[in-house]
Amino acid sequence: MTILDRRSFVAGATSFAAIGSPAVLRADDAIKIGEVNSYTAQPAFLKPYRQGWELAQEKVNAAGGVKGRKIETVFRDDGGKPEDAVRYAGDLLDAEKVDVLAGGFLSNIGLALADVANQRKRLYLASEPLSDALVWGKGNRYTFRLRPSTYMQAAMLVEEAAKLPAKRWALVAPNYEYGQSANKWFKDLLKKAKPDVEFVAEQYPALGKIDAGATIQALEAGKPDAIFNVTFGGDLTNFVRQGTTRGLFEGRSVVSMLTGEPEYVDPLGAEAPVGWIVTGYPYGDLNTPEHVAFRDAYKSKYNEMPKLGSVVGYETVNSIADALSKAGSTDNEKLMSTLEGLKRMSVFGPIEFRAIDHQSTMGAFVGKIALKNGLGVMSDWSYRDGAKYLPPDSEVKILRPAG
Amino acid sequence: MIEKVLEAEGLVKRFQGVEAVRGVNLSVAAGEAVALIGPNGAGKTTCFNMIGGQLKPDAGCARLEGADVTGMTPRRLWRRGVGRTFQITAAFASMTVRENVQLALNAKAGRVGRVFGRMSAAFRAEADAVLDRVGMRFEADRPCAILAYGDLKRIELAIALAGSPKLLLMDEPTAGMAPGERVQLMALAASLAKRDGIAVLFTEHDMDVVFAHADRIIVLDRGSVLAEGPPDKIKADPIVRAVYLGAGLASGTVR
Amino acid sequence: MTALTPDTLLIQALNGLASASSLFLVAAGLSIIFGVTRVVNFAHGSLYMLGAYIGWSLTRHLASFGAFGFWGGVFGAALLVGIIGVLIEMLILRRLRRAPELYPLLATFGVVLIVQDVTLAVWGPEDLLGPRAPGLTGFVTIFASRFPVYELFLIAVGPLLLTALWLLFRRTRFGLLVRAATQDREMVAALGVDERRLFSSVFFLGAALAGLGGALQLPREAVNLNMDVSVVVEAFVVVVVGGLGSLFGAYIAAVLVGIIQAFGILFLPKVTLVLIFLVMGVVLAVRPYGLFGRVAASERQRSPAGDRVLRPLSVTARVLFGFTILVIASMPLFAGDYAIGLIAELLILAVFAASLHFLMGLGGMASFGHAAFFGIGAYGAALALKVLQWPMAACLLAAPFAAALAGLLAGWLCVRLSGVYLAMLSLAVAQIAWAASFQWVEVTGGDNGLLGVWPAASVASRGAFLLLTLVVTVATLAALRVAAFSPFGYAFRAARDAPRRAEASGIDVRATQWAGFVIAAGFAGIAGGLYAFAKGSVFPTYLAIDKSVDGLIMVLLGGIGSLTGPIVGAFAFGGLEAELMASVAFWRAILGFVILALVLVAPSGIMGLFGTWFRKARNPALPA
Ligand SMILES: Nc1ncnc2c1ncn2[C@@H]1O[C@H](COP(=O)(O)OP(=O)(O)OP(=O)(O)O)[C@@H](O)[C@H]1O
Ligand SMILES: [Mg+2]
Repeated sequence: MTILDRRSFVAGATSFAAIGSPAVLRADDAIKIGEVNSYTAQPAFLKPYRQGWELAQEKVNAAGGVKGRKIETVFRDDGGKPEDAVRYAGDLLDAEKVDVLAGGFLSNIGLALADVANQRKRLYLASEPLSDALVWGKGNRYTFRLRPSTYMQAAMLVEEAAKLPAKRWALVAPNYEYGQSANKWFKDLLKKAKPDVEFVAEQYPALGKIDAGATIQALEAGKPDAIFNVTFGGDLTNFVRQGTTRGLFEGRSVVSMLTGEPEYVDPLGAEAPVGWIVTGYPYGDLNTPEHVAFRDAYKSKYNEMPKLGSVVGYETVNSIADALSKAGSTDNEKLMSTLEGLKRMSVFGPIEFRAIDHQSTMGAFVGKIALKNGLGVMSDWSYRDGAKYLPPDSEVKILRPAG
Repeated sequence: MIEKVLEAEGLVKRFQGVEAVRGVNLSVAAGEAVALIGPNGAGKTTCFNMIGGQLKPDAGCARLEGADVTGMTPRRLWRRGVGRTFQITAAFASMTVRENVQLALNAKAGRVGRVFGRMSAAFRAEADAVLDRVGMRFEADRPCAILAYGDLKRIELAIALAGSPKLLLMDEPTAGMAPGERVQLMALAASLAKRDGIAVLFTEHDMDVVFAHADRIIVLDRGSVLAEGPPDKIKADPIVRAVYLGAGLASGTVR
Repeated sequence: MTALTPDTLLIQALNGLASASSLFLVAAGLSIIFGVTRVVNFAHGSLYMLGAYIGWSLTRHLASFGAFGFWGGVFGAALLVGIIGVLIEMLILRRLRRAPELYPLLATFGVVLIVQDVTLAVWGPEDLLGPRAPGLTGFVTIFASRFPVYELFLIAVGPLLLTALWLLFRRTRFGLLVRAATQDREMVAALGVDERRLFSSVFFLGAALAGLGGALQLPREAVNLNMDVSVVVEAFVVVVVGGLGSLFGAYIAAVLVGIIQAFGILFLPKVTLVLIFLVMGVVLAVRPYGLFGRVAASERQRSPAGDRVLRPLSVTARVLFGFTILVIASMPLFAGDYAIGLIAELLILAVFAASLHFLMGLGGMASFGHAAFFGIGAYGAALALKVLQWPMAACLLAAPFAAALAGLLAGWLCVRLSGVYLAMLSLAVAQIAWAASFQWVEVTGGDNGLLGVWPAASVASRGAFLLLTLVVTVATLAALRVAAFSPFGYAFRAARDAPRRAEASGIDVRATQWAGFVIAAGFAGIAGGLYAFAKGSVFPTYLAIDKSVDGLIMVLLGGIGSLTGPIVGAFAFGGLEAELMASVAFWRAILGFVILALVLVAPSGIMGLFGTWFRKARNPALPA
């Protein structure tokens, strides 16, 4: 049998792998980032993510790289399977000799990558996975996260939900950890904020397989005043369409996670659920100088508006680059201590990677869905700084055994 | 005739309410070859299946050497000395000729639960001896899948013989063979039966074969026994001639 | 807390019926195709997905024509998908008519992979929301609840289609042939019917039905890239529960599944994942051939392995194996960590594939749920480590016992069936195990799995772990080989070759098959235990359908007729997939094409291809 010379094999193929992007420059002394993500399994979020990533990398390299060294990325597709993510993380560390690991979309893959990082003592910046366990229950020294967690987004929405007169709530969430913990936090926090609320129906459709009609009828049967929704993607689209026809949302408030993200609201077109209170990304109206610069650069490179994934990809690279240049080395121990407490400016505003739990304080936008030119957008939105939606440090210390 | 090896009384089988076999009595003695004949769909195979354990009779009983064996599984019947061949021939196609017989011998010795040791090392000589008896010794190493139909019939016979049966049930043992081969195979079966005192019950559409080798003939029609007796009597029986044999006698086959 | 008023129950029943109609469209096509051609068309879900995507494009282009445009688009999509079905039949499946039974399945799986990537390339990654059906956009009020008119329309589609098909099958010559072929394939061939035309037209009909089913979803569901696999599995369930070849049964089963899903959501919202598989398991346990199925249908299709005689390894093969083992054993001296890790993983996959091959190649029981035992082994090892704190060696030993125990239970159910029914029952059992691993969060960690299952310090390095894996793999494969040549192995094959003959020769067919099932499960468990440590983690994906299908592909790709086949298949498929995924964006399509090419060039697997060559090379070496 023959042993493939994998490095040359992959080197030739990597540039081909980039979806619609020019080949990556390879400088011998480049700093390498290994990126594992579910590109074929979750393309709607990850295509813009990849584009945002490459935009940031270009920008960093055009500005002379990090201390004169270019950064480059080796991408791997895990196909949505954690065991493959583990293999490619190993591949990136062993064969590609990457300096840091990044990526992950699904929570279970994020956690698996975090475990590899811990085992191999390598820095892992989780960009997207929302699981609270990633920085708390199963948090470890080597793992950091950029995006606001399930807890943070739930807390932001509870703030709004508590202002509503609704007492009877129905909940619907995809049947996996993200959905279950979103519901759990929402219930806990809302009960705390407003002890007289009741939860009258809970639905857990399998991810990607919602039976919308039956689910809606089951929610309806609880006669709720308001609904908390955690479904996204295709489930959300079906839920909204069937729910609208069946009048589920009429006379009811709906509070909904992630629905304001263009990835999920765009496919609904003119059927976007007007009036829902959501977390998301008002890409068209956010006119801070940092965001405008990002949006313009993105638009001119890809000829489309950025999505939330684009921001996540973009800021992951920038965060790594900032940490690298501040640490002045690729030494992982040094990088980690630099990242702990690192403050930097993101396109959403200032963020900090908290030393206490490695969670960044990047926030999210909360607003209401409105229609504009036949497309759902966010209106009446405001930015919620993530720092304000985390439990007090004393609680965090309990939640995070790793310290 | 001395002791009967097989005695069946009042066998009945219904399929979806239709009686395929309606109260058949039959018996076979050691060393005797009995032919069960009748037109297609008469219920011959169904009778075999009730005796061999493949089907449970709806009524009636079967006795083997005096013991009631009605409704026993084929496996237990086999252990008590019932060997059979099937109308739709089936040998173990993924094995060689010898392995087919060796497997039956291993089963006989209660070894088929063993997960160690090569099966093909056990009972090699014994298998060859059985193959010798059916004239297949020289084909021993050939895969069964490539055998001619007639050879497969012989293998089936060899497998059945490997269990040293007291009763041999052969459902159309010569179907699909050339005429010369048919007589030869049946002659073989009959002589083995005589030599080892095996009771043989067989069905057959080839009347030459039947009249040449049966000691006794049972004629079945629409599930009932129409006539029974030695070949000469059956040949002469006007009812049998009318419903069944007819012109078939001339050509030697009814099909 | 939930108010169960009569109108809730009624609406929920209507919801169930609407889903049932959609499901029936797909299942009907699947059933007809299987009935006539005996092809298990895994690509049927892909045809459904294509129907939805093509329908989406057509209805958009024809939007200006109003209702005519919409329905034109829907039927246009059905027509085009029908044609795609014919192409699949003519270009691929027709060439596989003489191949062993399951190879067409492998080919259709290649088609699934290709269609996934083609769809992604043509329509992009985003979910697409189709138009509403003109004239059917509103709702009716039933008691106090609203119910969409379009859903009512769908409810009517099911019985209408059933009637139309009934008329087609009763009143036309084509229908007569289809029925005849479904009951007895040889008979149609004997009648002198042009089989090719019959098969092509059946594929057209089946594919068009799937396409129609997909296009009719436009007004109710977003079109997305995951529609294919989820619908095909459900459609299989429906076909099998209804009884193969029975359209009426398929409709009843679709209604059963639809209604049970809808009420499951009402009463047991957390177990919806597993409900339909529980239903299938119960139905098959009670009525092994489905609600309206007949035994005869599957009686004659046996021996997916063909009739290859098993031979001991030739001298050449021994030398090759020895050499390979030596090379792998010395890898820590020269190869990089990644290559070492990959080879360790491929060795484990080889054990998994070999265990499945034992079951399907020798036992003739094609399991679609073998990954369950792999996964249970993995969880067994991981739990032994994390909960019981056993040392690694003990955990590795626990794995096969856990898996064999599960195999004892599952086998008891499964061995009573054969052919497609067995495949589907094993799938149901595996799905139930998968759902348990997914939802029993306290023990299994749910979808987050169990982490930190790293090997003991003595084998923590990649090289040491490879050696451990190699030793276990070689011992395992050798043990399977010994078992194959043992009296039990022969009895196991005899039970496959000719069950009645075996039973009449003193072999307890059921018990033998059951034992074989348990052995195969145990060996899969060995692989699972090793895998847990190789990955350092265990996830429900280890038990998922994908893993079972991977196993099937490895076995078939390698060649089912030889004991070496699964090993070769595991290395070929596992290695190829890992390399492609690492470096190519559209890796699924490429993998699909490679599978197709292999199946077409070597319709009995890689070992089948080399078989003749090996035999030629071997014979001179043997004493005459
Ligand atoms: N499993 C079954 N289910 C329903 N009917 C059956 C079954 N087996 C046999 N029959 C019917 O019972 C009757 C007797 O069949 P049997 O096979 O015993 O006839 P036979 O005498 O062996 O005919 P042949 O000469 O064609 O072999 C036939 O009408 C047949 O159709
Ligand atoms: Mg017969």
